Amino acid sequence: MAISEEAIVRSELRWAAIAIGVVSVIMLALIYAGLVHHINPPSNIERIDPKTLHLGGEFTEANLGTRVSADGQVTSRIVATQFTFQPRCIVLPANRRVTLRFATPDVIHGILVSGTNVNTMIVPGYVSQVHTEFTRTGELLMPCHEYCGLGHSEMSAVVRIVPSEEFKPDAEGKVACDAR
Amino acid sequence: MPRARWPVTHARNLTFAHLWFGFIAFGAALVLGVWQMWSRSPLPAPFVTSSTYFSSVTAHGTAMAYVLPVFLIMGFGYFVAETSLGRPLPAPRWAWSAFALGVAGALMATLTIFSGRAAVLFTFYPPLTASVFFYVGLVLVVAASWIWCVLMMVAMAQWKQANPGRPVPLAMFATVANAVMWLWTTVGVAAELVFQVIPAALGLKAQLDVGLSRTLFSWTLHAIVYFWLIPSYIAFYTMLPRAAGGRLYSDTMGRLTFILFLIYSLPVGLHHLLMDPEQSNAFKFLQVALTALVSVPTLLTVFTIGASLEIAGRLRGGRGLFGWIRALPWERPLVLATGLAFVMLGFGGFGGLINMSYGMNAMVHNTSWVTAHFHLIFGGTVVIMYFAIAYAIWPAVSGRAAPSLKAQRVQLWLWFAGMMVMTLPWHYLGLLGQWRRVATFNYADPTIAAWGPWVVVSLVGGVILLASGVLFLLNLLQFNVQREMHAGVVGELYAMAVHPPARVPAALNGFRLWNTLVLVLMILAYGYPIAQFFVGNPPQALVHRVDERR
Repeated sequence: MAISEEAIVRSELRWAAIAIGVVSVIMLALIYAGLVHHINPPSNIERIDPKTLHLGGEFTEANLGTRVSADGQVTSRIVATQFTFQPRCIVLPANRRVTLRFATPDVIHGILVSGTNVNTMIVPGYVSQVHTEFTRTGELLMPCHEYCGLGHSEMSAVVRIVPSEEFKPDAEGKVACDAR
Repeated sequence: MPRARWPVTHARNLTFAHLWFGFIAFGAALVLGVWQMWSRSPLPAPFVTSSTYFSSVTAHGTAMAYVLPVFLIMGFGYFVAETSLGRPLPAPRWAWSAFALGVAGALMATLTIFSGRAAVLFTFYPPLTASVFFYVGLVLVVAASWIWCVLMMVAMAQWKQANPGRPVPLAMFATVANAVMWLWTTVGVAAELVFQVIPAALGLKAQLDVGLSRTLFSWTLHAIVYFWLIPSYIAFYTMLPRAAGGRLYSDTMGRLTFILFLIYSLPVGLHHLLMDPEQSNAFKFLQVALTALVSVPTLLTVFTIGASLEIAGRLRGGRGLFGWIRALPWERPLVLATGLAFVMLGFGGFGGLINMSYGMNAMVHNTSWVTAHFHLIFGGTVVIMYFAIAYAIWPAVSGRAAPSLKAQRVQLWLWFAGMMVMTLPWHYLGLLGQWRRVATFNYADPTIAAWGPWVVVSLVGGVILLASGVLFLLNLLQFNVQREMHAGVVGELYAMAVHPPARVPAALNGFRLWNTLVLVLMILAYGYPIAQFFVGNPPQALVHRVDERR
């Protein structure tokens, strides 16, 4: 064989340097996206007891759905449970920073909102929180995307994005789908 | 040391039994897979209820992810141990006990699934809890593989003792690397099963910590992919260069690659939990960085194998920058399978880079994109090389020559075509937001209706895959029409390196040093993410059984 052992080692090392260079570029891009554009996974380790979340605190029935706080923050609270969401429809304004908060009293669920990057697992014992800004108006699908039992395929909700002028909170700051 | 003939003694029947059992499970799982795609498509499928669908998905995943790879890897490992080391397997009785244990476990899990008491999918995320027989079946399969791991390590140790100072043949070195890695890999899921899931299934526990169970499962969930993959890499490094008519470019790079797999495939599992609320961004990012490094051994392999093929192509008269590619013997199934596997590894690897990209994972998590990714990597790269390995070793195992290489090539091309036609639409549908793991879609919804045609295209891909799978089983059966040659011998199978190593450093001839490094990395990467569930009073979730009589 004509090629010497040293030449082989040299070529392998050169290639290894290229491979590590490619990996470094990818990592730098991820760091840039995370720090500058705030593209991070949902990771607010926030514990909540699944057995009692409906009894008190922010996930009681009266608190669910979209609510605008006194300082103008828009937050939607949703409970994912076998095999439905409570509420099954939420209203949110377009082009405005909104926060989605999820919890479950039973098993693992997960959601995505079709056509957007809103995506999170919903794990019993934790509050899942996603910050986003919807840019298009209309009705988006929000299905359960993690297997949660035999009724899983039917578990789905709707996210209705309305222009901000049509987004009108009531006296308590609440906005609901059927109130329109 | 080249030898004309390689003895196969105990491994002959062992390999035959293991591979056939794995491939029969594979064939059954293929049928289920096609039916599941039919159910998700706009075309009306028979027998669809949520119970039949999710039992089918559980069976498909269990057969494809656990039964097929475990049995193939065990059978191929016995074969490699005898043929590469040139000595009979130690303790064949233990190997047969492991086989019996694995078969019993697989049957127990399968029967439980088809009785409708284990619709929890192959990932069985608690607190959904199936009949205990499902989990015990899985444990028996894993226990069988542990016996295999020990046998592989003993075989290598005995050879080293008899051949002091000589480098362990690369095929065996890689097989033992996989055995060592698999022992580390299964610790996570074993802890989850023994301390959480099985006590819950037995009714001893009414509630459990889901954050902990997901974290333990993630420990196993990525390295298991490299467990599936390593036989393909063994074929790339040790069998392909000879099949192509050349030599392995660098034996040392092969050793380094398998060592890097052992180190970097373990402390990376949190990238499966990027969208989970129970782990912090700090540890998610750390493991994403380690995940990026696991692409290095694959990139090294692409180079080394590319160079080995170039040597073969030039030896066969290929000239010019790319002329050597055309000069390669593509009519040989192992060469063809490698070419097709590399294309699928390219697509699958690119998709994988998107998946592991930290925040970007939100775009594709739990969509059909992910299903497409792991079907390309496992179903594509891994399984097409399982076919090629079976074709390559079957003459030795059956004592008969292949009746038709053309039928083998047609089968491999069909598999590649089917995999492409199935997974490219899945990638696209995933980007559109189609979610995975549901039995049916409401095609009356206008958003979902637009996906319909692409779902049908992917179903066509599934049917092509089924046809290829059937042809594969027929091709193996076809060996029986040939007259038996010399039983139990095989011609030269393993490639020589361009510069065969006379001696290698101890670090490249064993795993002690690397095991220490794995331990350090695992403590660093998984120490706190697991320990956090033992401080404070983490909330527990109530067990939800799926096996109660209706």
